Amino acid sequence: MEKLALKAYWKANIKILISLLLVWFLASFGFGILWSDELDQIQIGGFKLGFWFAQQGSIYIFVLLIFIYVHLMNKLDQKYKKQISQELNRK
Amino acid sequence: MSTQELTYLFVGLSFALYIGIAFWSRARSTTDFYVAGKGVNPLANGMATAADWMSAASFISMAGLIAFMGKDGSVYLMGWTGGYVLLALLLAPYLRKFGQFTVPDFIGTRYYSRTARLVAVLCLIFVSFTYVAGQMRGVGIVFSRFLEVDINQGVIIGMIIVFFYAVLGGMKGITYTQVAQYCVLIFAYLVPAIFISILMTGNPIPQLGFGDTIIDSPTYLLDKLDQVTLELGFPAYTENIKSNIDIFCITAALMFGTAGLPHVIVRFFTVPKVSDARKSAGYALVFIALLYTTAPAVGAFARVNFIDSVQDTKYVDAPSWFKNWENIGLISWNDKNNDGIIRYEAGNAFKDGRPKFIDELGQSGERMTANTSDISNQNEVYIDRDIMVLANPEIANLPGWVIALVAAGGLAAALSTAAGLLLVISAAISHDLLRKTFKPDITDKQELLYARLAAALAIFIAGLFGIYPPGFVAQVVAFAFGLAAATIFPALFLGIFSKTINKEGAISGMLVGLIFTFSYIAYFKFINPSLNQEENWLFGISPEGIGFLGMILNFFTAIVVSRFYLPPPTEVKQMVETIRQP
Repeated sequence: MEKLALKAYWKANIKILISLLLVWFLASFGFGILWSDELDQIQIGGFKLGFWFAQQGSIYIFVLLIFIYVHLMNKLDQKYKKQISQELNRK
Repeated sequence: MSTQELTYLFVGLSFALYIGIAFWSRARSTTDFYVAGKGVNPLANGMATAADWMSAASFISMAGLIAFMGKDGSVYLMGWTGGYVLLALLLAPYLRKFGQFTVPDFIGTRYYSRTARLVAVLCLIFVSFTYVAGQMRGVGIVFSRFLEVDINQGVIIGMIIVFFYAVLGGMKGITYTQVAQYCVLIFAYLVPAIFISILMTGNPIPQLGFGDTIIDSPTYLLDKLDQVTLELGFPAYTENIKSNIDIFCITAALMFGTAGLPHVIVRFFTVPKVSDARKSAGYALVFIALLYTTAPAVGAFARVNFIDSVQDTKYVDAPSWFKNWENIGLISWNDKNNDGIIRYEAGNAFKDGRPKFIDELGQSGERMTANTSDISNQNEVYIDRDIMVLANPEIANLPGWVIALVAAGGLAAALSTAAGLLLVISAAISHDLLRKTFKPDITDKQELLYARLAAALAIFIAGLFGIYPPGFVAQVVAFAFGLAAATIFPALFLGIFSKTINKEGAISGMLVGLIFTFSYIAYFKFINPSLNQEENWLFGISPEGIGFLGMILNFFTAIVVSRFYLPPPTEVKQMVETIRQP
């Protein structure tokens, strides 16, 4: 049973990783590089949007991503620990 | 007090603080020495990681690079921060769970092989020494410009300070000194940036200021910068010059390289729990982002200010900072048309790179050089990009204490990174080479002694690099990140996320990544530098970005080769299971 719980935990973990890394890729390689020139057509204040993503926005998003990850993983860890202790009680 | 006296005061006070902390936090065991007893608070570790990470290159050089590269400079901003996301999500928590001392420890155990450990040690030592050489040059520049001591004396003073707290305190001493160094360096970076932002745009937040309008004018600062750079024959500041594929690969190589740098990874071995390792990576990135989001603002301000205060000025009326840096040899003025007026625009002042000064003064009193003049353009100014951050407060006419603060900050950045690297090198020698490979029977106490000796030796070698700087420091930085990305990152990632990669796969992957990346960089940087142009590059990827391709080759080789050999033994599979558990 413990093995099953671990398997579920790992699957959930991978799902979190993939979705967060997708955002990571979009914010930097996507908006900051690949589509940066197109986004530069949009200007907000003194910043062209693509330029802003490359020099500012991507970094803010990176910080956010790690804290979202911390939050999600702490929740997942708790769930896993609860599952394990329930298993033990049943035994 | 004069600026000079203030600088002595600030630098002296900060050094006294570092030594005091070193005494207070001496290491008493190998656990203390390698991983600070695994008892560092995640917030403190975040700060220490930030100081460890932000080197002389980040503090002194980066904003200057961006000032002259414009949007192309974004590769450093994204590359050197995005790696922390990879580190936090893919490596740090698992390696902390594994719970030993060094990065080769993990590779050696996971791939049940001494050879794998040795290959990892080799990459680690190469990457770390490359890096240390750059730090020592930073220390030398700051000392010679601000304290007016000889560069060599400056390097020796720096060595003694680092020796004190790295050899005495090990990781424990280094961590708490780095917390102090972070505070010094970030304060020193932000204060002048805020001042300049207020002066130029009236906005006290530099991150917003460089997107704001210039004070008393309706024009946006970046629009003006685009216009001025275009007029002088440069590409527009907010446009890319490099090709998209090259920008993509350089950014990726820097990101994956960052995540694979041993001196950054070991920082996450020092916190008490796995969840602390994740949190700590988040804090580290916040502290790093504070400087990294300010840097592009500083770069844009510096470019505007530099052009404004130099362009079409008579040399005799040039501001004092221009002559101060000329005296050190990092600025040179080549009066091509003999009119005594400084002309700055696109193109090289000299045909043959760096100025080679001779002992003669020109008509206006400028230092003469033995270089050949480049008459294909009218630019008369040679400027070393490394000086922009250090000169910025002077260019903007800020008070003396701000200039003194920047000097102390630059030293904090260089010393904190040097210490972190030296520790990783010493641990690789005393722990991985001696204890785990060649002399397994030494006691804990002997190992600690060897670790201290190795640290002392590493400091000595680093000092030699500072005093006799190899001419190739700038060229080899590409090596450090490229190799870390092409060797260490894939081995760690596959070790955690795959149970089927065996030692044959991992070792051949690392070797393929190492040899491919090394040869490509060596070919274009040392063997045939004249061919180092876009049309000769593989898929248009510059040597700076080739580590990304090396990494893909490593992954591919490791996965394919693993299929032909026996899968890893059961106890290794069990170990992987264990590190995946929270």
